[in-house]
Amino acid sequence: MRRENMAIGGEPDGYKGLSVQPAGLRLADREGFVGTAMLAPAIIYVIALVGVPFFLAIALSLSDATVGNPSIHHFVGLANFISVIHEAAFAFALRNSLIITAATLVLLTILTIIQVEILARDFVGKRIAEILLILPWAMPVALAAVGWLWLLDSEYSPIDWILRAVGLLGPRTPLGPANNLYYLGREWLGLGAVVVINVWRTLPLSTIIVLAGRTAIPHELFEQAQLDGAGYFRTLFRITLPALAILLTVAILFTVLVIFGDLTVVALTTRGGPGYATEILPYWAYLKGIQGGALSQGAAIALFLFPVLLAVSIVALRMAYRREGL
Amino acid sequence: MAALEVRGLVKQFGDFTALKGISLATMQGEFLTIVGPSGCGKTTLMRLIAGLEKPTSGDVLLDGNVITPLPPRARNIAMVFQSYALYPHMSVSENIAFPLKARGVNRPEREQLIRWAAGVLGIERLLRRRPARLSGGEKQKVALARAIVRKPSLFIFDEPLSSLDAQVRAVARAELRQLHGRTGVTTIYVTHDQVEAVGLGDRVAVMQAGTLQQIGVPQQLYYEPANTFVASFIGTPPMNLLPRGDVILGFRPEHIVPRATLPTSADVATFDIRVTRTEFLGAEWIVYGTVNGTFGDAKVLCRLQHDAIGGLKAGDTRQFAVARSLLRFFDKDTGLRLPAPSNSTKSGAVAQR
Amino acid sequence: MRTSFPRNLGFFVGLVLLCMFAIFPALWMAITAFKQNGDLYNPINNPFLFNLPPTLSHIEFLFTNTNYPIFLWNSFVIGVLVVAITLVLAVPAAYSLARLMGHWGERSSIAIFLVYLIPPTLLFIPLYEIVTMLGAANTIWSLVLVYPTITVPFCTWLMLSFFRSIPREVEEAALTDGWSRVGVFFRVALPLAVPGITTCIVFAFALSLSDYVYAAVFVSSTISRTVSAGVPTELIRGDIYYWQALMAATAIVGIPLAVVYGLLFDRLVKGFQVDLPRSAKG
Repeated sequence: MRRENMAIGGEPDGYKGLSVQPAGLRLADREGFVGTAMLAPAIIYVIALVGVPFFLAIALSLSDATVGNPSIHHFVGLANFISVIHEAAFAFALRNSLIITAATLVLLTILTIIQVEILARDFVGKRIAEILLILPWAMPVALAAVGWLWLLDSEYSPIDWILRAVGLLGPRTPLGPANNLYYLGREWLGLGAVVVINVWRTLPLSTIIVLAGRTAIPHELFEQAQLDGAGYFRTLFRITLPALAILLTVAILFTVLVIFGDLTVVALTTRGGPGYATEILPYWAYLKGIQGGALSQGAAIALFLFPVLLAVSIVALRMAYRREGL
Repeated sequence: MAALEVRGLVKQFGDFTALKGISLATMQGEFLTIVGPSGCGKTTLMRLIAGLEKPTSGDVLLDGNVITPLPPRARNIAMVFQSYALYPHMSVSENIAFPLKARGVNRPEREQLIRWAAGVLGIERLLRRRPARLSGGEKQKVALARAIVRKPSLFIFDEPLSSLDAQVRAVARAELRQLHGRTGVTTIYVTHDQVEAVGLGDRVAVMQAGTLQQIGVPQQLYYEPANTFVASFIGTPPMNLLPRGDVILGFRPEHIVPRATLPTSADVATFDIRVTRTEFLGAEWIVYGTVNGTFGDAKVLCRLQHDAIGGLKAGDTRQFAVARSLLRFFDKDTGLRLPAPSNSTKSGAVAQR
Repeated sequence: MRTSFPRNLGFFVGLVLLCMFAIFPALWMAITAFKQNGDLYNPINNPFLFNLPPTLSHIEFLFTNTNYPIFLWNSFVIGVLVVAITLVLAVPAAYSLARLMGHWGERSSIAIFLVYLIPPTLLFIPLYEIVTMLGAANTIWSLVLVYPTITVPFCTWLMLSFFRSIPREVEEAALTDGWSRVGVFFRVALPLAVPGITTCIVFAFALSLSDYVYAAVFVSSTISRTVSAGVPTELIRGDIYYWQALMAATAIVGIPLAVVYGLLFDRLVKGFQVDLPRSAKG
């Protein structure tokens, strides 16, 4: 390129400026190519190890594969699904998966709103509070489940000790006459325990999601409400919650995905018992497919999860993108 | 020959057409300002020239060579962003060194060039600092040093003064023009402030809604606007525009004076104006009024020297006049400038009883 | 905002209750770990007090008489490898989505997070088949291979918000200064995203620690188990649970993780904050 000799003064002798790169694009300039090249490995990996297994799951469920003979050679159509539905455990597993998820969501919503309101404020020691409140999510599920197993032990639970100490448990008490509540050995107590554990461990993530939206509400809105004479609860219900509605829904939907598909808590606490009382779909899939060796049946059971997960994901995506104005 | 030229540049973002076919050419070494309201496409135009976006159609030429397909780094254009875009993780001297490193300039030469560029801008003592610890004016100087160290063919400034406060802005403006005078590099300066644009530029280009409305020296835009948009955009206060029939009549606020102050023989158009408000600004008065009759209560603004005010106050009705040679005519529908009607007997019809 | 006393009281009561709810299990874990048998297994004793002096014997037992150290080591090795794989895959992917894939790329944040949320229980059976076919079953490699399906989406999501927060103009200045897009990635974007990358390292490590399904299904031999799979199964001899050692095992991993996550709390909130859409200004 021709260029005028721009003599600014004081520059090193003969400095005519930087040489211009040869015309034409190098590969590193093509943004389309670079973008695809940077994204491709991750996408390929996810397709290979998420997409492919998904279709494999469908294929498995339509075959008669077992742990001993895991190849997918014979197709048996919907036989696996049919036989699974007819088992006694199925009704329990389906019912429990739904109940546990629903109950978890209700409790979670209430507690999330409270926790978000608290964390929206600044206060001394907030850092410490954040560490404490995030612990249930930070702790690996299996280890947390073991901890709850001990916390709800049928002989040595400290909760029972407290209940006994205040006179609610033991002979001639409302929760008695036994000295202990068999949290993990009773149907409804077991389900309740699983719900509590689920709420406990999903509350932090749900809080974080909703908090992201809470901090975005301009504080002028609250000041205006104060000037208008609105009390705490009116502000909460008329201003805060509507503004958070979408993110709260997203948080709830995400929680469904986490809870509905989780087997760890049940596997390590109630083990689906007593009988099938606290059986859930994912755990049953594990019992049948891996422990029992009937891979194809396990896959079929796990696939019952899919419609719910898909529906929830679609709704979550639409809500989240609506928020982003798309 | 033209330093920078754009031909028929069109840029579409989905359904939205940001640029509808812009063609202009700069002269070697000139300081061209591009001005327009926000959303007019001026920043998009800059980004196309710099290579940060690809045009939907059209070409960009630099020194006669087509540079449209080239990436930004091959264009030898230096751009100074509104936010200065200094690299926050590097010191001032590393910021200035960055383009040199990209071209493989060796260390001793780099050091020399950095010292030189810093010297031109007077920021030698800032070389070790990080951008976070610089004031707005200092950041701008670093951005300029980073730009000149490359000796580019073209400078582009994208609203570089809007983040400075008013006092600093005036000084920075003068310094920018000085720098231009010293380096002689063709400069394109984008702003939304028409006062700045008119004050700084050798030539001014006015843009609106993706099209180039007019380009010319500031006086041309001020006295001979090409359409009603330019007429009302350039100049503070803007040109008075009065609709009358098929035509829009235009005249500058300082060109309308009380009839009595002009000699009786002057070739003028007259208007009966009812004064609604007067404002005293020290060196002059601003008189707000409405024109009666066929102009249908159109609002009018006059700037009067204080000796011409003649005791005018709100509520008065007085006859005002504009020298006919200072009248401008625009088409009512298109807004385009029309030649003055040649038949001078029409003057009677223009005036108002 | 001036707040009334009842409101302040409500605030503190709520805060304390929620904090207690969150850490009660961990507190109980920590206390149990140091309790002597005679103290712990006495239902009359106040469980929250040390009626007999606390002891380190259970922790000693944990580290000398169980496979816990092996589990820790396995988890560590897997964690490091998974972090490396994750960074290589997720960081460039996030940059591409943030800057090079146009409008939808920038907005893909939530969709990516959803991939992260796909439950392992949906895919663990076919993955078990795949892993067996590859001959990796019962080794740590099965987990090294599969864990990035969890960590890569999560870290891509996290880095996406970091890259989006780098001002575009800084990168564009680098482009006009003479670097190609690749050069800008290495010289401007990466250095400015270092806080995000450290957060990714932490989370990738923690996520690989916290999985149970894959760890329990793919690996059955003790020497290759991770902490999450090994602790619930191995510290039980017949019907006897060595509770103190068990609780120590869970607390040793769980509590530091909580501290680290807690310190990164704000980064996580930021990951869910969407910045305002850029207007297509002229």
